[in-house]
Amino acid sequence: MTEFLSGSSLFAIALTLLVWRLASALQKKVKSPILHPILISTAAIIAVLLVLKIPNAAYQANMKPLSFLMTPATVCLAIPLYEQMQVLRRKLPAILVGVACGTVVSLLCVTGLCLLFKLDPSMTVSLLPKSVTTAIGVPISESLGGMSSIAVTAIISTGILGNITGSFLCRILKIEDPVAQGAAMGTAAHVIGTTRANEMGSVQGAVSSLSLVIAGILTAFLIPLFF
Amino acid sequence: MKYIYQAAVILLFTFLGEALAALIPLEIPAAIWGLILLFLALCFKIVKVEQIKDCGGWLIAILPILFVAPTVNLLDQAGVLAASLPAFIVIVVVSTFVVFAVAGWVTQLLGRWKEDGK
Repeated sequence: MTEFLSGSSLFAIALTLLVWRLASALQKKVKSPILHPILISTAAIIAVLLVLKIPNAAYQANMKPLSFLMTPATVCLAIPLYEQMQVLRRKLPAILVGVACGTVVSLLCVTGLCLLFKLDPSMTVSLLPKSVTTAIGVPISESLGGMSSIAVTAIISTGILGNITGSFLCRILKIEDPVAQGAAMGTAAHVIGTTRANEMGSVQGAVSSLSLVIAGILTAFLIPLFF
Repeated sequence: MKYIYQAAVILLFTFLGEALAALIPLEIPAAIWGLILLFLALCFKIVKVEQIKDCGGWLIAILPILFVAPTVNLLDQAGVLAASLPAFIVIVVVSTFVVFAVAGWVTQLLGRWKEDGK
Protein backbone atom coordinates (compact mmCIF):
# COMPACT_ATOMS: atom_id res chain seq x y z
CA MET A 1 0.00 0.00 0.00
CA THR A 2 2.68 2.49 1.12
CA GLU A 3 4.82 1.41 -1.81
CA PHE A 4 1.98 1.88 -4.30
CA LEU A 5 0.97 5.29 -2.91
CA SER A 6 4.62 6.43 -2.73
CA GLY A 7 4.93 5.81 -6.46
CA SER A 8 1.69 7.46 -7.56
CA SER A 9 1.73 10.98 -9.00
CA LEU A 10 -2.03 10.88 -9.32
CA PHE A 11 -2.43 10.16 -5.62
CA ALA A 12 -0.08 12.99 -4.62
CA ILE A 13 -1.69 15.55 -6.93
CA ALA A 14 -5.28 14.51 -6.21
CA LEU A 15 -4.52 14.59 -2.46
CA THR A 16 -2.99 18.09 -2.73
CA LEU A 17 -5.88 19.52 -4.79
CA LEU A 18 -8.52 17.91 -2.59
CA VAL A 19 -6.86 19.10 0.63
CA TRP A 20 -6.61 22.59 -0.89
CA ARG A 21 -10.31 22.53 -1.74
CA LEU A 22 -11.24 21.53 1.83
CA ALA A 23 -8.84 24.08 3.34
CA SER A 24 -10.31 26.91 1.21
CA ALA A 25 -13.83 25.86 2.21
CA LEU A 26 -12.78 25.79 5.87
CA GLN A 27 -11.28 29.27 5.64
CA LYS A 28 -14.45 30.64 4.01
CA LYS A 29 -16.54 29.16 6.79
CA VAL A 30 -14.38 30.14 9.77
CA LYS A 31 -13.24 33.47 8.24
CA SER A 32 -10.03 33.44 10.28
CA PRO A 33 -7.08 34.73 8.26
CA ILE A 34 -4.69 32.59 10.33
CA LEU A 35 -6.25 29.51 8.75
CA HIS A 36 -4.64 30.30 5.42
CA PRO A 37 -5.22 27.43 2.94
CA ILE A 38 -1.44 27.06 2.39
CA LEU A 39 -0.89 26.49 6.13
CA ILE A 40 -3.80 24.08 6.59
CA SER A 41 -2.99 22.18 3.39
CA THR A 42 0.69 21.85 4.33
CA ALA A 43 -0.15 20.61 7.83
CA ALA A 44 -2.77 18.17 6.48
CA ILE A 45 -0.44 16.77 3.81
CA ILE A 46 2.45 16.36 6.28
CA ALA A 47 0.03 14.46 8.53
CA VAL A 48 -1.09 12.19 5.67
CA LEU A 49 2.52 11.52 4.61
CA LEU A 50 3.48 10.61 8.18
CA VAL A 51 0.45 8.35 8.72
CA LEU A 52 0.85 6.54 5.39
CA LYS A 53 4.67 6.49 5.81
CA ILE A 54 5.21 8.12 2.40
CA PRO A 55 8.69 9.73 2.26
CA ASN A 56 8.67 13.46 1.47
CA ALA A 57 11.15 12.89 -1.39
CA ALA A 58 8.60 10.56 -3.04
CA TYR A 59 5.79 13.08 -2.54
CA GLN A 60 7.92 15.87 -4.08
CA ALA A 61 8.87 13.68 -7.05
CA ASN A 62 5.21 12.75 -7.57
CA MET A 63 4.18 16.42 -7.45
CA LYS A 64 6.56 17.34 -10.32
CA PRO A 65 3.85 17.32 -13.02
CA LEU A 66 2.00 20.03 -11.05
CA SER A 67 5.02 21.84 -9.53
CA PHE A 68 6.37 22.17 -13.08
CA LEU A 69 3.77 24.91 -13.64
CA MET A 70 5.46 27.21 -11.10
CA THR A 71 7.92 28.79 -13.56
CA PRO A 72 5.40 29.35 -16.42
CA ALA A 73 2.91 30.75 -13.87
CA THR A 74 5.55 33.20 -12.60
CA VAL A 75 6.43 34.21 -16.17
CA CYS A 76 2.72 35.04 -16.61
CA LEU A 77 3.04 37.72 -13.92
CA ALA A 78 4.24 39.79 -16.92
CA ILE A 79 0.54 40.09 -17.87
CA PRO A 80 -0.63 42.02 -14.76
CA LEU A 81 2.67 43.94 -14.84
CA TYR A 82 1.94 45.10 -18.42
CA GLU A 83 -1.76 45.77 -17.85
CA GLN A 84 -1.32 47.61 -14.55
CA MET A 85 1.49 49.75 -15.95
CA GLN A 86 -0.97 51.08 -18.56
CA VAL A 87 -3.62 51.75 -15.92
CA LEU A 88 -1.27 53.20 -13.30
CA ARG A 89 0.97 55.18 -15.63
CA ARG A 90 0.59 58.44 -13.68
CA LYS A 91 1.24 56.77 -10.33
CA LEU A 92 4.17 54.75 -11.65
CA PRO A 93 7.09 56.93 -10.45
CA ALA A 94 5.79 56.97 -6.86
CA ILE A 95 5.17 53.18 -6.91
CA LEU A 96 8.58 52.40 -8.43
CA VAL A 97 10.46 54.48 -5.85
CA GLY A 98 8.32 53.08 -3.00
CA VAL A 99 8.89 49.47 -4.07
CA ALA A 100 12.62 50.06 -4.63
CA CYS A 101 13.03 51.60 -1.14
CA GLY A 102 11.05 48.72 0.38
CA THR A 103 13.15 46.11 -1.42
CA VAL A 104 16.50 47.63 -0.43
CA VAL A 105 15.32 48.03 3.18
CA SER A 106 14.16 44.38 3.17
CA LEU A 107 17.62 43.15 2.14
CA LEU A 108 19.41 45.47 4.61
CA CYS A 109 17.04 44.57 7.45
CA VAL A 110 17.32 40.79 6.93
CA THR A 111 21.12 40.93 6.54
CA GLY A 112 21.43 43.09 9.67
CA LEU A 113 19.17 40.88 11.79
CA CYS A 114 20.94 37.71 10.60
CA LEU A 115 24.29 39.21 11.64
CA LEU A 116 22.76 40.19 14.99
CA PHE A 117 21.56 36.62 15.59
CA LYS A 118 24.88 35.25 14.25
CA LEU A 119 23.10 32.95 11.79
CA ASP A 120 24.90 30.75 9.26
CA PRO A 121 25.45 32.30 5.82
CA SER A 122 23.30 29.46 4.38
CA MET A 123 20.46 30.54 6.68
CA THR A 124 20.92 34.22 5.80
CA VAL A 125 20.75 33.55 2.09
CA SER A 126 17.63 31.43 2.65
CA LEU A 127 15.94 34.35 4.41
CA LEU A 128 17.04 37.18 2.09
CA PRO A 129 14.38 36.68 -0.61
CA LYS A 130 11.58 36.30 1.96
CA SER A 131 9.47 39.12 0.55
CA VAL A 132 9.38 37.90 -3.07
CA THR A 133 7.27 35.18 -4.62
CA THR A 134 8.41 31.53 -4.38
CA ALA A 135 9.34 30.92 -8.02
CA ILE A 136 11.65 33.93 -7.88
CA GLY A 137 12.90 33.67 -4.28
CA VAL A 138 13.69 29.95 -4.10
CA PRO A 139 15.95 29.75 -7.17
CA ILE A 140 17.83 32.91 -6.05
CA SER A 141 18.49 31.44 -2.64
CA GLU A 142 19.40 28.00 -4.05
CA SER A 143 21.88 29.42 -6.53
CA LEU A 144 23.69 31.17 -3.66
CA GLY A 145 23.82 28.12 -1.41
CA GLY A 146 20.61 28.58 0.61
CA MET A 147 18.24 25.86 1.82
CA SER A 148 15.15 25.84 -0.38
CA SER A 149 12.73 24.55 2.24
CA ILE A 150 13.79 27.28 4.70
CA ALA A 151 13.49 29.86 1.91
CA VAL A 152 9.98 28.60 1.09
CA THR A 153 8.95 28.65 4.73
CA ALA A 154 10.24 32.21 5.15
CA ILE A 155 8.50 33.31 1.95
CA ILE A 156 5.18 31.67 2.78
CA SER A 157 5.16 32.85 6.42
CA THR A 158 5.99 36.38 5.27
CA GLY A 159 3.16 36.24 2.72
CA ILE A 160 0.64 34.94 5.25
CA LEU A 161 1.80 37.44 7.88
CA GLY A 162 1.34 40.31 5.41
CA ASN A 163 -2.02 38.90 4.33
CA ILE A 164 -3.28 38.68 7.92
CA THR A 165 -1.88 41.95 9.29
CA GLY A 166 -2.10 44.13 6.14
CA SER A 167 -5.29 46.03 6.96
CA PHE A 168 -4.22 46.51 10.58
CA LEU A 169 -0.76 47.78 9.54
CA CYS A 170 -2.30 50.25 7.09
CA ARG A 171 -4.43 51.60 9.93
CA ILE A 172 -1.72 51.99 12.58
CA LEU A 173 0.91 53.24 10.11
CA LYS A 174 -1.61 55.70 8.63
CA ILE A 175 -1.16 54.38 5.10
CA GLU A 176 -4.48 55.63 3.72
CA ASP A 177 -3.75 56.10 0.02
CA PRO A 178 -5.01 52.99 -1.85
CA VAL A 179 -1.96 53.12 -4.16
CA ALA A 180 0.41 53.13 -1.16
CA GLN A 181 -1.56 50.30 0.50
CA GLY A 182 -1.15 48.17 -2.63
CA ALA A 183 2.58 48.98 -2.89
CA ALA A 184 3.12 47.99 0.75
CA MET A 185 1.19 44.71 0.37
CA GLY A 186 2.91 43.68 -2.88
CA THR A 187 6.43 44.64 -1.79
CA ALA A 188 6.20 43.06 1.67
CA ALA A 189 3.98 40.03 1.05
CA HIS A 190 4.11 39.15 -2.69
CA VAL A 191 1.36 36.92 -4.19
CA ILE A 192 -0.22 35.96 -0.85
CA GLY A 193 -0.44 39.62 0.22
CA THR A 194 -1.92 40.48 -3.18
CA THR A 195 -4.86 38.13 -2.53
CA ARG A 196 -5.69 40.28 0.49
CA ALA A 197 -5.00 43.53 -1.43
CA ASN A 198 -7.58 42.44 -4.01
CA GLU A 199 -10.16 42.17 -1.20
CA MET A 200 -9.22 45.64 0.07
CA GLY A 201 -10.05 47.18 -3.31
CA SER A 202 -9.32 47.00 -7.02
CA VAL A 203 -6.69 49.78 -6.89
CA GLN A 204 -4.89 48.04 -4.01
CA GLY A 205 -4.99 44.73 -5.92
CA ALA A 206 -3.68 46.26 -9.13
CA VAL A 207 -0.82 48.13 -7.44
CA SER A 208 0.03 45.08 -5.33
CA SER A 209 0.32 42.77 -8.36
CA LEU A 210 2.51 45.37 -10.08
CA SER A 211 4.66 45.88 -6.96
CA LEU A 212 5.28 42.19 -6.31
CA VAL A 213 6.74 41.76 -9.79
CA ILE A 214 8.95 44.85 -9.55
CA ALA A 215 10.12 43.77 -6.08
CA GLY A 216 10.89 40.28 -7.47
CA ILE A 217 12.95 41.60 -10.37
CA LEU A 218 14.85 44.09 -8.16
CA THR A 219 15.56 41.42 -5.53
CA ALA A 220 16.91 39.04 -8.18
CA PHE A 221 19.36 41.67 -9.39
CA LEU A 222 20.26 43.09 -5.94
CA ILE A 223 20.85 39.94 -3.84
CA PRO A 224 24.04 38.91 -5.69
CA LEU A 225 25.42 42.36 -4.72
CA PHE A 226 24.54 41.80 -1.08
CA PHE A 227 25.99 38.36 -0.89
CA MET B 1 -7.96 25.06 -28.88
CA LYS B 2 -7.62 28.62 -27.63
CA TYR B 3 -5.96 27.32 -24.45
CA ILE B 4 -3.53 25.13 -26.40
CA TYR B 5 -2.23 28.09 -28.43
CA GLN B 6 -2.03 30.29 -25.32
CA ALA B 7 -0.15 27.58 -23.41
CA ALA B 8 2.28 27.25 -26.32
CA VAL B 9 3.10 30.97 -26.23
CA ILE B 10 3.56 30.94 -22.44
CA LEU B 11 5.73 27.81 -22.50
CA LEU B 12 7.82 29.27 -25.34
CA PHE B 13 8.63 32.36 -23.26
CA THR B 14 9.35 30.20 -20.21
CA PHE B 15 11.75 28.16 -22.34
CA LEU B 16 13.43 31.33 -23.67
CA GLY B 17 13.80 32.42 -20.05
CA GLU B 18 15.52 29.14 -19.20
CA ALA B 19 17.78 29.49 -22.21
CA LEU B 20 18.77 33.03 -21.16
CA ALA B 21 19.38 31.91 -17.57
CA ALA B 22 21.72 29.21 -18.90
CA LEU B 23 23.52 31.64 -21.23
CA ILE B 24 23.92 34.66 -18.96
CA PRO B 25 26.40 34.02 -16.12
CA LEU B 26 24.37 35.88 -13.46
CA GLU B 27 22.43 34.24 -10.64
CA ILE B 28 19.07 35.37 -12.08
CA PRO B 29 16.30 32.72 -12.11
CA ALA B 30 14.76 31.58 -15.39
CA ALA B 31 11.34 32.84 -14.25
CA ILE B 32 12.69 36.42 -14.09
CA TRP B 33 14.19 36.29 -17.59
CA GLY B 34 10.98 34.74 -18.97
CA LEU B 35 8.90 37.39 -17.21
CA ILE B 36 11.05 40.22 -18.59
CA LEU B 37 10.99 38.76 -22.12
CA LEU B 38 7.20 38.32 -22.06
CA PHE B 39 6.78 41.83 -20.67
CA LEU B 40 8.93 43.30 -23.47
CA ALA B 41 7.04 41.24 -26.06
CA LEU B 42 3.77 42.72 -24.73
CA CYS B 43 5.21 46.27 -24.75
CA PHE B 44 6.45 45.95 -28.34
CA LYS B 45 3.15 44.32 -29.42
CA ILE B 46 4.91 41.11 -30.50
CA VAL B 47 2.39 39.29 -28.27
CA LYS B 48 -1.08 40.68 -27.58
CA VAL B 49 -2.58 40.33 -24.09
CA GLU B 50 -5.60 38.50 -25.59
CA GLN B 51 -3.25 35.83 -26.95
CA ILE B 52 -2.21 34.69 -23.46
CA LYS B 53 -4.79 36.18 -21.11
CA ASP B 54 -7.05 33.16 -20.37
CA CYS B 55 -4.34 30.57 -19.85
CA GLY B 56 -2.08 33.08 -18.08
CA GLY B 57 -4.87 34.16 -15.75
CA TRP B 58 -5.54 30.54 -14.87
CA LEU B 59 -1.85 29.89 -14.12
CA ILE B 60 -1.63 32.98 -11.88
CA ALA B 61 -4.82 31.93 -10.07
CA ILE B 62 -3.42 28.48 -9.21
CA LEU B 63 -0.02 29.83 -8.04
CA PRO B 64 -0.92 29.64 -4.32
CA ILE B 65 -1.76 25.92 -4.71
CA LEU B 66 1.66 25.36 -6.26
CA PHE B 67 3.28 26.74 -3.06
CA VAL B 68 1.93 23.84 -0.97
CA ALA B 69 4.35 21.13 -2.14
CA PRO B 70 7.51 23.25 -1.56
CA THR B 71 6.25 24.12 1.93
CA VAL B 72 5.77 20.41 2.73
CA ASN B 73 9.60 20.16 2.38
CA LEU B 74 9.69 21.56 5.88
CA LEU B 75 9.13 17.96 6.97
CA ASP B 76 12.80 17.26 6.13
CA GLN B 77 14.28 20.56 7.36
CA ALA B 78 12.27 20.91 10.56
CA GLY B 79 15.43 20.31 12.65
CA VAL B 80 17.39 23.15 11.02
CA LEU B 81 14.43 25.48 11.40
CA ALA B 82 13.75 24.47 15.02
CA ALA B 83 17.38 25.26 15.93
CA SER B 84 16.97 28.91 14.96
CA LEU B 85 13.22 29.29 15.32
CA PRO B 86 13.20 32.36 17.63
CA ALA B 87 15.59 34.22 15.29
CA PHE B 88 13.54 33.08 12.29
CA ILE B 89 10.31 34.43 13.77
CA VAL B 90 11.86 37.77 14.83
CA ILE B 91 13.48 38.27 11.41
CA VAL B 92 10.29 37.43 9.48
CA VAL B 93 8.02 39.59 11.63
CA VAL B 94 10.33 42.61 12.04
CA SER B 95 11.51 42.79 8.43
CA THR B 96 7.99 42.28 7.04
CA PHE B 97 6.62 45.16 9.12
CA VAL B 98 9.58 47.43 8.31
CA VAL B 99 9.31 46.74 4.56
CA PHE B 100 5.55 47.26 4.69
CA ALA B 101 5.99 50.64 6.42
CA VAL B 102 8.79 51.86 4.12
CA ALA B 103 7.11 50.85 0.84
CA GLY B 104 3.76 52.26 1.98
CA TRP B 105 5.06 55.53 3.43
CA VAL B 106 7.41 56.35 0.53
CA THR B 107 4.68 55.67 -2.06
CA GLN B 108 2.11 57.69 -0.10
CA LEU B 109 4.50 60.61 0.45
CA LEU B 110 5.53 60.80 -3.22
CA GLY B 111 1.89 60.49 -4.34
CA ARG B 112 0.81 63.39 -2.10
CA TRP B 113 3.86 65.48 -2.98
CA LYS B 114 3.02 65.09 -6.68
CA GLU B 115 -0.60 66.10 -6.11
CA ASP B 116 0.44 69.14 -4.05
CA GLY B 117 2.84 70.22 -6.78
CA LYS B 118 0.02 70.71 -9.26
